[in-house]
Amino acid sequence: MDTPWFRRRRVGVGWRPITWQGRLVTVAAVALAVGALTLLHASSARVPIVILIGAVYAVVALATGGARPAKAAAPQDEPTDEEAEIGVGGVEQRRALRALTSGRVSTSLPGEPALVVEHLTKRFGERLAVDDVSFSVAAGEVFGFLGPNGAGKTTTVRMLATLIAPTSGTARVAVLPLDSTSGGETRKRIAVMTENPGLYLRLTVAENLEFFAGLYELAQPRARIVQALAAVNLASRANDPCGSLSKGLRQRVALARALLSDPAIVFLDEPTSGLDPVASREVHELIDGLRERGVTVFLTTHRLEEAERVCDRVAILNTSLRTIGRPDELRDRLFTKSLVVHTGAPLTSPEAVFAVAGVDGWRADDTTSYVLTVSDARTAAPAVTRALVAAGADLLSLAETQHSLEDVYLELIDNDVEAAT
Amino acid sequence: MSLKRVVSVVRKEVREFRRNRFVIGTMAVLPVVFLITPTLTIFRIPDSASGPQVKAAVGVISLLMLIVPIVIPPVIAAYSVVGERDQGTLEPVLTSPVRASELLLGKAVAAFLPSVAVAYAIYLVVLISVRFGAAHVVRTAVFHPPQLLAQILFTPLLALWAIWVGIGISTRAGDARVAQQLSTVASLPLLGFTSLLSFQLVKPSVPLAIGLALALLAADIAAWRVVSRLFDPERLVTGHRRTDALPRD
Repeated sequence: MDTPWFRRRRVGVGWRPITWQGRLVTVAAVALAVGALTLLHASSARVPIVILIGAVYAVVALATGGARPAKAAAPQDEPTDEEAEIGVGGVEQRRALRALTSGRVSTSLPGEPALVVEHLTKRFGERLAVDDVSFSVAAGEVFGFLGPNGAGKTTTVRMLATLIAPTSGTARVAVLPLDSTSGGETRKRIAVMTENPGLYLRLTVAENLEFFAGLYELAQPRARIVQALAAVNLASRANDPCGSLSKGLRQRVALARALLSDPAIVFLDEPTSGLDPVASREVHELIDGLRERGVTVFLTTHRLEEAERVCDRVAILNTSLRTIGRPDELRDRLFTKSLVVHTGAPLTSPEAVFAVAGVDGWRADDTTSYVLTVSDARTAAPAVTRALVAAGADLLSLAETQHSLEDVYLELIDNDVEAAT
Repeated sequence: MSLKRVVSVVRKEVREFRRNRFVIGTMAVLPVVFLITPTLTIFRIPDSASGPQVKAAVGVISLLMLIVPIVIPPVIAAYSVVGERDQGTLEPVLTSPVRASELLLGKAVAAFLPSVAVAYAIYLVVLISVRFGAAHVVRTAVFHPPQLLAQILFTPLLALWAIWVGIGISTRAGDARVAQQLSTVASLPLLGFTSLLSFQLVKPSVPLAIGLALALLAADIAAWRVVSRLFDPERLVTGHRRTDALPRD
């Protein structure tokens, strides 16, 4: 129900109508009661009929509103949608995040990984969803989990969140083994932000968080709700029904819900899906803030530039684990380093020019463009420059080839597609 | 078992019900429909009515009063699990520390409280109507102590049974509408039980009422345990039955 017809009185009992529908129902109930008392004045049935009218009126009032005006968990000056979308006050957010994570007791021993996954496999009937995946994530690390649709990312997260059981393999999540006895304790130490925000649209933002605060049995839930909302810059929308929020704002509420319990590990499934660039940047800053506070972040994303921007290490999954490492490590592992040379005119003897230390090979892209394979670009580039100058070449540019994480991803996934066909 | 988590689930569910027009409509309209027939019936019976006539009329009233707690709860309970799955809210809940038994108990209590409140309120209105508007013979029959006791005891216990049936179906059904239809059908056998008492085919007495109530209570507790075991997060989230040792406790 979008607008309640009635509202409970702040003091005392009863309701007061606040919309024309509420007033209409009230007038009709009074008219019916007066009519029954007048027309049935000689009948003993008038009392039960009036009681019945009163009962129906109470049910309608309760059903179509009935709540006392909520105590504001947030400042009274409501911002516009635009203000809330853009977000203000990064300092406030960082302060709120500090407050949220200040009471957490570390769940890992020093040096012990937050997540250890060994040979994890999951089958759904005949279909192999995750195949023999092993990796570990250090405490306080931001770990990116990449892969195409249907690669098994969400299934892996669901197994680690104790939602579904692995077919084989083991894992330790926040120091606890993934078994039938520790599921509840594990879930207390983690938080999962699913791709679908999964909010109760009829409840307000604060009521959604209050529910989860209860499930986590948090002490001082109101204070934590205020801090979590401030951390995602949504404090002013605490009393808005979630159904009235845009997709981006719902995403932020889901993020606040994930932060509420001050988890040791946060699983974020596409946290910036549906967010505009400014809001996405805020989420990235929030992830940076979580890293600074020692929270382990397991980030599932399709946005490779996001993974490159915020993740310490990434893993690329395509049912089985294809590769894992720091983004720059993966680039080095997958692509040979190269220098691209552009000259004003074709070189007369490129073989002689490029026969310098550090250059392992070369090829001409066109008449004035050459790609040199090098083992170390930093040492090869000055030698190549000197050789070009000595040969009297008109050097226009010399640059190291830059491969993005996207190149790495596409290279691996394309290889899988080719192997499958 | 954490009482705090159960209370959180109850509070959330009740808040949702109060803002759901379908639930409120069902809870408001159905009881009123059930109220009209007995109220009109009892006012028509004169003091000179024969014993069987009075017995039949009071039987109808009792039956309708026991139908209310059977018919209303499945509407809510059937939606409780499959409805959450359909709107995408189940997965975040299942990744929280809540146990299946706590979640289901909270949902059952949330469906139980308004259903029983409405059923008792309707019964109270009928009693007041009988007290002030009905003939003496009807009053005597309605205010028969074992009958009153049976009505008061069976209302919550029948409601609870209907709720567990509804939730049980909700954990297995493909969508909310199917769950609601199946739950209503599955609650119908209880009508046979209530008919026996309402029409005094089984003569209500205080020991019988208490004995049957205890049996129903035991059945309700057993139903809670069974439905908790039926609850399979993996099936609800992925659509596939679990094939391994369940990590959820």
